[in-house]
Amino acid sequence: MSAASAIYFVEGVLLVAIQEDISDTDILDLQEALSERVVADAARAVVMDISALEIVDTFVGRILAQLAGVSKLLDAQTYVVGMRPAVAMTLVELGMDLSESKTALSLTHALRDLRA
Amino acid sequence: MTETATETVLTILQHDFEEIVSAWITTQSDEGVQRTDLFSHKEGREQTSGLMRALISGIENGATGDRFDLSSDAWAELRSVLVEVTQERSSRGVTPSDMASFVLALKAPIFYRLKDKLADFPSQLVEEIWFISRVIDAFAVYCAEVFIAERDRIIEQQRDQMQELSTPVVELWDKVLTLPLIGTMDSARAQEVMENLLETILRREAEVVIVDLTGVQTVDTQVAQHMLRMAAAVRLMGAQCIISGISPTIAQTMVQLGVDVGEVTTRSTIRNGLADALDRVGYAIVKKKDH
Repeated sequence: MSAASAIYFVEGVLLVAIQEDISDTDILDLQEALSERVVADAARAVVMDISALEIVDTFVGRILAQLAGVSKLLDAQTYVVGMRPAVAMTLVELGMDLSESKTALSLTHALRDLRA
Repeated sequence: MTETATETVLTILQHDFEEIVSAWITTQSDEGVQRTDLFSHKEGREQTSGLMRALISGIENGATGDRFDLSSDAWAELRSVLVEVTQERSSRGVTPSDMASFVLALKAPIFYRLKDKLADFPSQLVEEIWFISRVIDAFAVYCAEVFIAERDRIIEQQRDQMQELSTPVVELWDKVLTLPLIGTMDSARAQEVMENLLETILRREAEVVIVDLTGVQTVDTQVAQHMLRMAAAVRLMGAQCIISGISPTIAQTMVQLGVDVGEVTTRSTIRNGLADALDRVGYAIVKKKDH
């Protein structure tokens, strides 16, 4: 598990900040680690902050979507937060709407939604 | 030969400076290109003298009859004066042809003086006329270029302004943006609108966006797809999208085209859209009791 994406467990929620220079292997490792942590910590939600990502490709987009699918099966809601305009446009162009995830402007917004 | 090709012209320009300026102005008014309706006599005279001085300095700075090049350093001053005068005149509505006539009107006074001075040297007369004629022609062409460049710049500027005006993202309330769309949407515009909207969401931390279609007359599949893509991108950013102002015609078209709006919220009027948006961010519009 690379230090590029440390997972924090706060208020029953797993927080991950995806780093700008995350590699394909890192993100695969992250997917595996997160899946295990959701069960181990009995997390009710996973919040992924992707505000550092300036570009996404289909691979990253697919992993983000898979993570949401996996979490859902494990009874945790996924939030994708802080997506940049360029990234949003790219994902839409690629036809990936991350419909399994919730989205929020920032970590704060996601936590507010979760506490409600 | 290169010496003599400019010698007399230069002498004439220097010695008869004021007379030539006056004659130049007279020629302009004779030809009806002086445009005193747009310029005072004083301004016209100042510009004319300025051009003359720059012309003299250009010739002094090494212009020669057989190697004339307006883009060389020797003519830098004249070019800048020409640009200044042309921009000044074009901004007041002088036409390009008037501007060209204005420059070309300088020929007559110089030619007449050359003829007087060089009456006994026909070959030198031809030489000098040929030289100064080419110089003045080049000015006229240069003025036209400046004119076109200026006009291009204005067109560019207006296009930018129009694009900005046609896609205004307005902050209606805390966290609530609206994007009233007007006219026809094509792919390029849709892209621009989307970029603009997403950037504003980021900047204003908006949570709800109302895309209002009241001003849109017709919708085709492409435009409908753009709308939905825009809504999807807004959702990915973490905000919510409400599409309002869908006319009955557009609604019918969209159903006939088989466009599935999916989970996007639609409201009939911007009024309903606003009420919904305010509700989502925790506000309500309440009627005062005594009204």
